[in-house]
Amino acid sequence: MAVVDRSRGARLGALARYTALGVAAALFLVPFYLLFRNALMTEAELTSPTWHLLPSWRWENFTLLFSDPAVPMARSLLNSLAIAITQTLGVLVVSGLAGYGLARIPYRWSNLVFYAVTASLLIPAAVTFVPSFVLVSSLGWVSTLRGLIIPGLFQALATFLFRQFYLGFPKEIEEAAFIDGLGYWGTFWRVVVPNSGGFAAAIATITFIGSWNAFLWPLVIAQDSEAWTVQIALSTFLTAQSVDLAELFVAAVVAILPLLLMFLFLQRWIVEGVERTGIAGD
Amino acid sequence: MSAARRAPPWRRRLLGRQNQNLWFWVFVGPFFAGLVLFIYVPIAWSAYLSFFEAYNTVSPTRMVGFANYTDMLGDPNFRSSLTTFLVFAAFIVPTTFALSLATAVLVARTRVAQAFFRSVFFLPTACSYVVAALIWKMSIFSGVRSGLANTVLGWFGAESVPWLSVTNPPWYWLVIVSARLWLQVGFYMILFLAGLQRIGPHLYEAAAIDGATGWKAFRHITFPLLRPTSTAVLLLLLINAFQAFDEFFNILSSFGTYPPYARPPLVYLYYTALGQGQDFGHGSAGAIILTAVIAVIAVAFNRLFVREAD
Repeated sequence: MAVVDRSRGARLGALARYTALGVAAALFLVPFYLLFRNALMTEAELTSPTWHLLPSWRWENFTLLFSDPAVPMARSLLNSLAIAITQTLGVLVVSGLAGYGLARIPYRWSNLVFYAVTASLLIPAAVTFVPSFVLVSSLGWVSTLRGLIIPGLFQALATFLFRQFYLGFPKEIEEAAFIDGLGYWGTFWRVVVPNSGGFAAAIATITFIGSWNAFLWPLVIAQDSEAWTVQIALSTFLTAQSVDLAELFVAAVVAILPLLLMFLFLQRWIVEGVERTGIAGD
Repeated sequence: MSAARRAPPWRRRLLGRQNQNLWFWVFVGPFFAGLVLFIYVPIAWSAYLSFFEAYNTVSPTRMVGFANYTDMLGDPNFRSSLTTFLVFAAFIVPTTFALSLATAVLVARTRVAQAFFRSVFFLPTACSYVVAALIWKMSIFSGVRSGLANTVLGWFGAESVPWLSVTNPPWYWLVIVSARLWLQVGFYMILFLAGLQRIGPHLYEAAAIDGATGWKAFRHITFPLLRPTSTAVLLLLLINAFQAFDEFFNILSSFGTYPPYARPPLVYLYYTALGQGQDFGHGSAGAIILTAVIAVIAVAFNRLFVREAD
């Protein structure tokens, strides 16, 4: 009798759990549904007070967006892509090297340098945006790709995580390489780097997402429309005086499509990456 | 290194040690130089500027002492931006924490379609705040009849609500907070899921024998053992709340103007330092005050959560 009761209770519990998850999942998908529906609607449908469950599948919205001379969408996409790719590769090299150096090369002031890295973690990067803007503008980098890319290459968090990762890297492999006469440089590139693929991929993913979605820094630096990133282009339309709604939603779809596809196809790998970096307490 | 090997022993040792110092800077140097140039120099420069009158210039000549600081602290707008942050953080940090943990626990206990649920909750992480702001402002909470929220209200015979243009009641908070929850919950859920996986199933089995299941098991096993993850998540949420800018700016501003309410500190500083006046003196003083506030919170957080765990 008790066994039956418990299994009925368990079944009810499972039912409640699935209902809760199902409702939450539906709510989480609503914004995506709205985004794609609106992107394929006409202006009239978008402003009509009656609810349209499905759009009229107006695919021309996409060609209209890219042929609108007032909207530098193609240029913004190229900028975003260039920035995200260079920043990702740059962070991998710069932080990978620094993390390895901090973890493995004995040096008298090593700890002091490491404190400087961790202390800067506590200062939210956004708080320094005023002085950083002052610096970058005095270098003459406003509205240039340099100004958008270079300050983002020095990520204390990535360096910190790389250091943690290399501290746990099996030392025997490196010692063997050292005995074979490879110095720090050779050991790093020929032995350590080929064995840190998974971890580097995780850092790369996080950096790419952060770079693609960055807003405050590009807003401050990209003042000419030629230097706009996708996010700035979107934000400019969103806060403009008159908004072409259909174009706005198509632009938003174009802006999230690269990351969305990445998430759908590489989902498992990205999730493992986030877990693997050990951001949350290991 | 090969030169060192061919050299006599005393020289090799010297060279070797020198090499080590040299190699440290070859590896760490590029990063460290960038860190100094783009983080520490701006902070120092900012500290310097904060004592000057600096409109539209970064090489000012008129020193004003602590006037910028007293101006900022006496400025009701700046103070209200700090209050805005505190109210916002006091709500968003615990709410995101609880929702992420709840979803993680539910997803972890699910056998069927676990990957599906995980994906759905994680998917918003792909979206930027700008895209979310766009959907929230223009589609869900648009003040007109065609918005989703007003459509749903209409089904129940209720009047349309102008979500973003009234301050009493402050519906805009609902808009801002729900957007951030949608964007963040999935990411922190993943962190909690990773934490949950590290708790061995034998603990739950042992607890079940003692009669502790469900809430009791969560209270006495899951929650205490999740402590490292919880601490990290809280800290990350707090830092993120402090940097709130994107959704406020994109949801509330229109055509270059921002309403006088709901200005978190970064929005306020943005308009002070980079708006029309380019007031770098006051902007820098504000940035330094903010940094100090963050430092105080970080130390308090450390005392409260990290020390206690050791």
